[in-house]
Amino acid sequence: MTKKIELSAGQVPEIGASQIELLEKLCNATGVSGDEHEVRQIVLEEIKLVADDVKVDALGNVLATRFGRGEQRVRVMLAAHMDEIGFMIVKKHEDALFEFVRVGGIDERQLPGKPVLVGREGLPGVIGAKPIHMTTAKERQNKIEQSALRIDLGPEIGEKVKPGDRATFATRFAITGPSIRAKALDDRLGVATLIELLKHVPAGIDLLAAFTVQEEVGLRGARVAAYAFDPDMAVAVDATPAYDLPHWDEDDENDRYNTRLDAGPAIYVMDRATIPDQRLVTWLQETAQDAGIPCQLRQPGGGGTDAGAIHKVRGGIPSVSVSVPIRYAHTAVNLARLDDWANTLRLLHTALGRITPDLLAVERRGR
Amino acid sequence: MIDLIAHLKTMLSAAGLSGFESPIRSILQEAWAPLTDELGVSKIGSLHGLKRGQGEPPRRRVLISAHMDAIGMMVTGIQDGLLRFTQVGGIDHRILPGQLVTVHGRQDLPGVVVQPSAHLLPGDAGDGPVEMKYLFVDVGLRPDAVDKSVRIGDTISFAQEPIELTGEALAGHTLDNRVSVAATTLCLAELQTRVHTWDVWAVASAQEEETLGGALTSPFDIRPDLAIVIDVCFAQGPGSSDWRSLPFGEGVGLGYGPNIHTALYDLFEQKAKALEIPYQRDLMPSMSGTDAMAVQVVAEGIPCMVLGIPLRYMHTPVETVSLKDIRRAGRLMAAVIADLAPDTLEKIQWEG
Repeated sequence: MTKKIELSAGQVPEIGASQIELLEKLCNATGVSGDEHEVRQIVLEEIKLVADDVKVDALGNVLATRFGRGEQRVRVMLAAHMDEIGFMIVKKHEDALFEFVRVGGIDERQLPGKPVLVGREGLPGVIGAKPIHMTTAKERQNKIEQSALRIDLGPEIGEKVKPGDRATFATRFAITGPSIRAKALDDRLGVATLIELLKHVPAGIDLLAAFTVQEEVGLRGARVAAYAFDPDMAVAVDATPAYDLPHWDEDDENDRYNTRLDAGPAIYVMDRATIPDQRLVTWLQETAQDAGIPCQLRQPGGGGTDAGAIHKVRGGIPSVSVSVPIRYAHTAVNLARLDDWANTLRLLHTALGRITPDLLAVERRGR
Repeated sequence: MIDLIAHLKTMLSAAGLSGFESPIRSILQEAWAPLTDELGVSKIGSLHGLKRGQGEPPRRRVLISAHMDAIGMMVTGIQDGLLRFTQVGGIDHRILPGQLVTVHGRQDLPGVVVQPSAHLLPGDAGDGPVEMKYLFVDVGLRPDAVDKSVRIGDTISFAQEPIELTGEALAGHTLDNRVSVAATTLCLAELQTRVHTWDVWAVASAQEEETLGGALTSPFDIRPDLAIVIDVCFAQGPGSSDWRSLPFGEGVGLGYGPNIHTALYDLFEQKAKALEIPYQRDLMPSMSGTDAMAVQVVAEGIPCMVLGIPLRYMHTPVETVSLKDIRRAGRLMAAVIADLAPDTLEKIQWEG
């Protein structure tokens, strides 16, 4: 069903200093859903010398193609979303304080006491909170409602910020021991992975790389990207939560972890938006096994990726998702392991190198 | 000239939780050495700086008390490489998830406070604000490395870098009360060029946030005739708009209430008026919530004044202050101190 190739170090893209530097640049950039501009600029700059064809479509997706060599090349779409969760400024109040709303799924308990960056210029601001001295014990049993919070950029912000401006958490990228600590690892890890794969495409496929917009507000970019590419198959490359902290009661097991850090890339078997094509799940699992790359199955359940939109485009597109496990997704500070990212890149690169038309020659079926 | 922002940033980079003040104290020993004649450390860890007056001995003594300790956390347990913790000083647990911290283990470790998902917590504990006892600090290391580096009792500081906002506003952690220490530094610097007859004792006090230990003991050692306690006060902001909060960046708070000697209050108000230094009366109908609660009742009692630097978002890592108010406080203290005459104390009297 799939072609076996020997691995050699030279063929496999590695995560080194320049890849980490690129990820840092991507994570520190601002790209709230609908305003992915800054991330798109970085992507375009990175891929302009390697892609055979690049276009920016009507929604702002970056669609990059790299053609392989040989006959009967499978057209493989990879999708990683450029957008991130964040905020939009909606109203200026007295004292130069700004009311804001959330864009994408953010737990409001993650908001108080956070620095943010506002607008295209990235102006620094803070989301404060009422002093504890002015709260009552009863009050502290309730969440701090987002409606009580404001973004404060100092008394002389003037007209530099206005309703409509986007804002993100201001967290700066850092490597701490074996871990990456940053905002927006969901899904700049995927974006960085796609850029690396574009630079190291196995010859037997046409790689159709979609750097998508608006994933966090309804998988909207991926839908039109898949239509435009009209691929034979698709892989969404994303980041997924690792809810792998210990249970408060040490005798109790955490059996709903979704994914775990240090267990390698997470292959999807089912989420809220997609029942992945079993042929592709098997392709990834067999690749991992043959190449000795650690991987894990994401626990079936909620959540979704760009695959949720892609698999239902045109007459249907065989799709699967692979994610880097990250802790604390959709908060100011995400945490991932460098090894999990490196293994995700290795798995995808190795798997892409094994694709032949035979992979999709059989009808979709389960095992 | 003191570079105020640089001085503040240096102070904010130093840890110094209540009872663990030595990192910040070392910074201040360096900063105050050229501004004082003598430096000493009290038995409880407060820093005492003496700048001698030019009057004939025996000279009167005025104390400036600015607490240098910070709020933070302390490790209470380690579970699968994640740290349980409790608070040092008063922290609203609702501002903790997602905060950057430094764990002072065998070496300093960068970490983040994290909120476990609801399915890992008992009953409905994960639905509302998650209590501090269920939160963790994640230092991004694997469990075996954490076990080697961290022990129960290690302190945890907030690590948010200070942020410069518009209009000379600065946001960061521990501005309570490093801004008052900075104002004290500015006051000492200004006194270098002024004649003052009284001895000035500048104290960076320890343990205000937990025990008031520094404020109870340093005045006993020093036995000042008058005391100026300087701390932060509430600035108006979201959720903080009643009479307790002063407009932001519009002047120093002059404390008014039982912790403050009325005649001393009058002295400060008159001086602020004369110099056109913006000020606001900060009403403290009961206890001031500052070192003055302790200083006032040391030994036979000490007349106290309380100055306040208005601060937004107190006890969060994004406390926000106006640099203008820090400079105003420093200038006002220096002006009042330079005016203290050998007979001033006789005017600090109760009526009748």
